[in-house]
Amino acid sequence: MNAAADTIRFENVSKFYGEVLGVNRVSLTLSPGITTLVGPNGSGKTTLMNLMTGLVQPSRGKISVLGLEPSNATEFFCNVGYCAQFDSFPRGLTGFQFVLDSLMLFGMSEMDAQGLAAEALERVQLDAAAAHRNIAGYSKGMRQKIRLAQAVAHHPRVLVLDEPLNGLDPMARAESLALFQELGRQGMHVVISSHILDEVDRVSDRVVLITGGYLIAQGNIHEVRQEVRDKPMQLLIRCDKPDLLASKMFAVNHCVEARLHGDGRGIFLRTGDVDQFYRILNEIAIEGAVKIEAVAPFDDNANAIYQYLIGSDGSTA
Amino acid sequence: MTDLIGTLRQQPWSLWWVQFRRFARIEIRRNLITKRAWWIYFLAFVPAAIIALHLVIDRHQPSSMNEDTNVLAGIVQLYYVRLGIFFGCLGIFSRLIRGEMIERSLHYYLLSPVRREVILLAKFFAGSVSAVTLFGLAMTLGFVLMYIGYGGAGQDYMLHGPGLGQVQAYLLIMVLACLGYGSIFLMLSLMFRNPMPGALLLWGWEAINPVMPSLLQKFSVASYLRHLMPVSVPAEGIFALLTVETEPVAAWVAVVGLLALISVVLVYCCYRMRRLEIRYTTD
Repeated sequence: MNAAADTIRFENVSKFYGEVLGVNRVSLTLSPGITTLVGPNGSGKTTLMNLMTGLVQPSRGKISVLGLEPSNATEFFCNVGYCAQFDSFPRGLTGFQFVLDSLMLFGMSEMDAQGLAAEALERVQLDAAAAHRNIAGYSKGMRQKIRLAQAVAHHPRVLVLDEPLNGLDPMARAESLALFQELGRQGMHVVISSHILDEVDRVSDRVVLITGGYLIAQGNIHEVRQEVRDKPMQLLIRCDKPDLLASKMFAVNHCVEARLHGDGRGIFLRTGDVDQFYRILNEIAIEGAVKIEAVAPFDDNANAIYQYLIGSDGSTA
Repeated sequence: MTDLIGTLRQQPWSLWWVQFRRFARIEIRRNLITKRAWWIYFLAFVPAAIIALHLVIDRHQPSSMNEDTNVLAGIVQLYYVRLGIFFGCLGIFSRLIRGEMIERSLHYYLLSPVRREVILLAKFFAGSVSAVTLFGLAMTLGFVLMYIGYGGAGQDYMLHGPGLGQVQAYLLIMVLACLGYGSIFLMLSLMFRNPMPGALLLWGWEAINPVMPSLLQKFSVASYLRHLMPVSVPAEGIFALLTVETEPVAAWVAVVGLLALISVVLVYCCYRMRRLEIRYTTD
């Protein structure tokens, strides 16, 4: 199997809506796992997803998903499922009929389609009674679930999810995230765009940060954080003498800020040189003057990176 | 040529056929069984309802059968072709794609493993079946109601006289009108966000077409259909002065000419469909 057959590739892709920029010169290769697209409203996340699935066509550049192009719809959409953001459905259908109708277009028998539809509804935890009611009477969360069921029902290898957590209650969010994680572990591509960064952060293998139609960073979330060198990294150190640790750390010039934790058993430190920081911390630990209990990066998450690179709080964007 | 045949043979025709039928079934159900279609039912059945009123109220003298035959020809040519089928098809065919864009549900189909051409042709087929079913039933009902009041003479006219040939011709005209106008409205809906101005222009063109020079008359659905009319409707008044008499065209030429026009329009529709983008916010 060649590399292209297992990746999603954007090669210098631009999309203009008349004179309005959608995305510009995006080059990106996504391997299997969970990828989160992060960016403010209008940054180009949905455009990237629509380009990936052929709902819009690139003005320039080339896109391939597992070596396939959307113009080859038969093969392409057997491998790709897209849960779009549009909260609308064909009229007059129950949730079950909606999923069933979609599956029947794959050319499978009605019995097979019914089996897959029931399985998909179970996966998204939509109960059978609700599934046989008209979609017009669904709550927002149920509509979100039925869209997700339709996208995963045919067992695609690539699942594209535009704001899949919108409208879901905390329990349903947790269940959806668990489903995404499970799919990612199975070797699927799961591409998610979401504003709920704290939650998707926990399940993402990599992030793609985009703003104003330009890709500004991509990769494993910790790697991306390392690349943001102009923002000192914040760490939380749990220890028995935080004030002593702070004074020792301030003796070196890469520590720019220290803040005691509220419980008096930890300290937040900002450092411009993480490697140097860990070296000195090891020395302090060996000295034995301060008993270090735990060290954890505090701002190598999507929300912090979003704030550093894009400048606003992702959770409210 | 051999390559082309080889390529065609390799295509998944059986899958496309399954998808085509599935789409068509969904679409026919949606076209015919919906509250929104009430006005199309009204357009189709209003002549039959008026004829039924006459059947109840009027006395049918055998001598007035010829007059009723002319009235029926007038209903087909002036009402059905120019008004009922025209606007009925506008309602059905312009909604096939554009309506789904307005309702923001077209993306589900474009994200299915179905070639866009198959989606388009299945929708066109479904629209045609819906329109032909509605207008065919209405026209046949009107025909039967028109002659049933004449008792045995009317029955003879319908079953053993020229009536049977006339109703067949009217049904052929109706089918071609549905396909012709349907394809054009489908094309307009793919070209413009609002196909209505284009449709009204076409309506105006079809209305004034009989008084146009004979060359321009060829670019009209109604003019082809006029040549297929089993009973000609004489132009009267100012229209009689303005109407340019064209050379009679053989029925097969009119049918083939119209089918060729429909094919060309559908090929263009397929081209537009392949390039169609989902941008609901701007649509």
